Amino acid sequence: MNIRQLVAEAHKSGDYSDLIAQIPYAKTIGVECERFGDDVIFKLPANRMNIGNPLLPAIHGGVIGGFMELSAALYLMMFQDVPKLPKIVDFSIDYLRAGYYQDTFVECELTRQGKRVANVSIYAWQKTRAEPITTARAHFLIPDN
Amino acid sequence: MNNSIEEVVDQGLTSRAQRFIDELAHCVNIGLSVSKVDSKGGTTLVLPYNQALVGNADTGIMHGGAITTLMDTASGTAVICSLNEFEICPTLDLRIDYLKAAEPQQPVYGFAECYRISRNVVFTRGYAFQDNPDDPIAYCVGTFMRLGTEFTPDYFRKRVLEGDYQ
Repeated sequence: MNIRQLVAEAHKSGDYSDLIAQIPYAKTIGVECERFGDDVIFKLPANRMNIGNPLLPAIHGGVIGGFMELSAALYLMMFQDVPKLPKIVDFSIDYLRAGYYQDTFVECELTRQGKRVANVSIYAWQKTRAEPITTARAHFLIPDN
Repeated sequence: MNNSIEEVVDQGLTSRAQRFIDELAHCVNIGLSVSKVDSKGGTTLVLPYNQALVGNADTGIMHGGAITTLMDTASGTAVICSLNEFEICPTLDLRIDYLKAAEPQQPVYGFAECYRISRNVVFTRGYAFQDNPDDPIAYCVGTFMRLGTEFTPDYFRKRVLEGDYQ
């Protein structure tokens, strides 16, 4: 099954695990995805292997970055008809609060989609969406169809 | 990009950096290690090629997220190796430009250095490369917040610093 078919199947069933399983890195850090109406929320369950600050303890900032970046790429595949994992051009992340050793959630928003480049805003939170732990934005190259 | 002056590897800082990274579960998990630290605190880490970090199974190219982790860790370690006293400094922000994809089956190196240390903030810059530092695959700039030495528990400071310059 190609990515388009996997996306179509996942949209129909609401189960995105087969799509995510295509990406080894997603499996390694443990990314999950759930649909709420027309929206999706990505989830990174608390995982000891993702800790990068043993004192708090807190999730490694790089893992939170990777999770957000990956969520944005998946988001483009799911909702912008991008047929494969889009190439990332740049990624910028602001760390607003400690990302504790807890479940973390991510929501993406398409800021602008051009012919060749998409700009995605990404928000991550733990306790409540009103208190983001990180915000990020990324540019992706849209592959030719 | 290469310093014209031959960089001097600092064995004490190199082993301090390795002890620091060994405390970070995720870094151990993905096999991150220290290649070298120079006498100014410029830090080079190495991320071995790892199937578990691949983004696109068809190409075998490691995901950008793994490069983010490499560069965040290299920058944070450069901060640890550049401050006079050991201080935990969380990342304030990080920006990465992905110039080209990493070649599969080969390790990726991440170099970072501090170019300004102020009372509250440390500014870092660096790049990721494979066989040639003059042909980087990614650029990175970051800022780190200084929390002050009192926020770092003694046992942690001791674990990282013990063995320096032996």
